[in-house]
This record gives sequence, C-alpha cells and structure tokens, in this order.
Amino acid sequence: MPHRPTPSDLIEAVRQFLETRALPVLSGHTAFHARVAINALSIVLRELDQGAAHDAAEHDRLVKLLGQDAPLDDLRRMLAEQLGNGAMDVQSPDLIAHLKASTMAHLSIDNPKYAGYQRALSKDR
Amino acid sequence: MTQPGNDQPIEERLCLATTARLGAGQILGLARLSGGASQEIWSFVFQNADQTSPVRLILRRAPPGINAGERDTAVTLSTEADVQQRAGAANVPVAPIRFVLNPDDGLGDGYVMDHVDGETIARKILRDQVFVPIRPHLARQCGEILTRLHQTPVKGLSLRNFGAADQLARYRAIYESFADPRPVFDWAFAWLGRHPAIGQATPDPDNAVLVHGDFRNGNLMIGPDGVRAVLDWELTHLGDGHEDLGWICVNSWRFGEIDQPVGGFGSREDLFAGYESLGRGSVDPERVRFWETFGTLKWGIMCMTMTATHLSGAAPSVERATIGRRASETEIDLLDIIAGDA
Repeated sequence: MPHRPTPSDLIEAVRQFLETRALPVLSGHTAFHARVAINALSIVLRELDQGAAHDAAEHDRLVKLLGQDAPLDDLRRMLAEQLGNGAMDVQSPDLIAHLKASTMAHLSIDNPKYAGYQRALSKDR
Repeated sequence: MTQPGNDQPIEERLCLATTARLGAGQILGLARLSGGASQEIWSFVFQNADQTSPVRLILRRAPPGINAGERDTAVTLSTEADVQQRAGAANVPVAPIRFVLNPDDGLGDGYVMDHVDGETIARKILRDQVFVPIRPHLARQCGEILTRLHQTPVKGLSLRNFGAADQLARYRAIYESFADPRPVFDWAFAWLGRHPAIGQATPDPDNAVLVHGDFRNGNLMIGPDGVRAVLDWELTHLGDGHEDLGWICVNSWRFGEIDQPVGGFGSREDLFAGYESLGRGSVDPERVRFWETFGTLKWGIMCMTMTATHLSGAAPSVERATIGRRASETEIDLLDIIAGDA
C-alpha cells in the first residue's frame, strides 16, 4: 500500500480543484480545455482503480484463445497478426466474445457514458 | 489565437485584398473563429464606401509559409474553393465564394466567402427547440443534397480518385505505424477487406464521382428552414458516392441519438429516399453499410492519429492527448455493426 496521499488521492484533489475552483473563472476555449482535462483525470482515476483487473482478465482470455502464454502486449500483437494474415477465423464465437469483453472493459474506463456502451450493457443484462 | 501584434498586418492586407475585388470600403470586426495550426477561419464585415448595407464575410486561409495540405488527404484551399463553386452551381447549398486569394495578397493560400447564418454545433441541432419542426426533414434533405453533390461535373478538377481499396490500405498503414494494436480494428480490417461491396466501392476513373469526404452533422450549416450550406470541403476527392451516405451514419456523428442513424436526426430510409427522389441516384444499402463500417474504423484511427500528433510534440494539447481514448467508442460500434447481426 502506498502512503497517503495515494496517486488516486492526488489526482482526485487536482480534478476537484479544476472543477470547483479553476473552471468557474475560465471562459471560451480555455474552459473547454479545462473540461477535457477534468475528463482526462477521471479516465486516469478509473484506470488506476480497474485497469490491472481488466488487463489480467484480458491476458487470461488471450492465453486460452491463442493457446500460449506471453506478456499481454505480445499476446495482443499476436492476435492482431493472426487476424491480419487470416490465421484466425473472424467469425469464431470465442474471438468475438473476447473482443467484446475487452471493448467493454476499455469503455468502462475511457467513456462509460457512451450511448453505444450503455446500450450494450443493457442488452447484456 | 494569434498574438495581438499579428492582427494589424492581416487586417491591412485583408482590407487591400477585399477592396481590390469588391470596391472601395473598409473592413470591421475582424475576429479569428477557429481552425488548427495550419488553417485559420476569420470573420469580418465589409462596409462599402458608398454606405450600402455591410456584408458579413469569412476568410478561410493557411497562413504564408504553412503547407496548406497538412494531411496528405487534404486538398489546397484554392481547389476547395473551386469545388465549392462547382457544387454550388449544381444546386448544392454552399457559402458563395467572393474571391480566391493570390500570392500578391500576402495572406497565404485561401479564399473569402459569404457568412451563412445558422447552427453547426451538432448537439444544438439535435436538442434545441428551434430545430424541432425541421429535424424530421433533415435526413431526406441530406439525401437530396448528396445526389446533386455526386452529380457535380468534375472535368478538369485536379482531385485524386480515392476509392475503398486505396483508403483501406492507407488507413491500415497509418494504424500499423502506431504499433499499438487494437485487435477489434484488425478484425474490422479483415471483415472490410473481404466485403463483397469493395469492388463497386472502388470505382475506376470513368465512374468516380465527386465525394465531399466529411459530410456529417457538425459540417452542415443548419437553420430552422433546413440545410443552408455544406461546409469543410478539405477532404473532397473522387470516388464512390456511397462513401458520403455511409459517413453521415457513423455512430460518432449521432451525438448520443443512436436510434437516429443519419446524424442523430433521421432514418436511412429517408436519406435513401431523398437520394433517389431526383431520379438520378440509386442506393445500394449494403455498400452504404460497408462505408459506415469503414467510416467508424477511420474515425477510430483518426482519434489515435490526433493523440500521436500530440505525443510527437508537433501540436501539443490536452484535447488531442485525450481524444485517443475515444477509439474505444468506435470499437463497440464496430462490434455492433459487424457482429450485431452475425
């Protein structure tokens, strides 16, 4: 456990400062960029919270799908290559289930408000 | 924004350039609207010396010394003006071009056009009360406009023929240059590469038509009476007209209104009916779906490109840094289009 403040504590403090103190006195393009900055920090907070678990789950799925073990980046690259050279059947249900699970994990961090994500969540329920 | 010291010379040069074409007078209220590092948009008012009513004008330019085609898919601003004029002559609503800059003007590459009143911000078009009556008619209108746009005579225009096969290869090369695999994108490339529509989506030069290249909600100037001007012609090229029909359906341009596939405001049926209503164009829905899928993938790669531009140090900004995270949005859209009905 890192000492307090943890990285998340610090980022949350900066995010709150931007939202409650800085944003109200900004205008125009600078205010727009401040909102983008707040959003960027929110992404980082979600990733710090959930990223490691998502990566571990993606790694486990890829090991099963590709039948070999390697670091996550390498497995991802292997899958991309097999899709590019036709070695992987693009209609394989296991493949599509993996792609879907990875994409849902990305969106839960990158933009959980996205309408397409919300729609997919409600279909899964 | 440019530094205040730079405004004076621009104003003087613009005044000289404008009076040389439109007669004696003065320019007022020059203000920079937007644009990136390589392109600027300015608004101003031209007041004739004889005090007839002032005219609101727009300058679109690439400053001197800046290569106009920052992206190699973009056309020069003088070509853009030429295409816009021809499309206008073919009854596509466009802002009338007043004049094209020449090197003697000292303002770089660009042109001056009429200001057109209206709204371009997609969320306002989809939410504001004033657009309630026109919204159900916009998809059909877009179809009618695209039919005319695709019938615009192209003889003598120096535009490249950019069909589906070339675009797939080009965006695949960009994607691979990032060495940051997103397997959904590789999967989408595989699906697109073997799609039966790819042949027709790659027309030979004799069959290639004028394509706008960025026809979507956000690039249309819309008033309570409908589409008043088609803007942002910098990605225009020759190719398959279905590309424009597919691009306006990409989920990213529905701004949350995902059940209204055309720009968040209408149905494909209305878009296609408008396109076919003038008796000149016919729509192949499968080919539109091909282009919508490609467009979704293309937007995802464009998001990655903007982050790469930030990371390279060429144009750092928190917006460009963050937008790469939107690539995930196109992943779910690709899964929905390709696997949704598999």
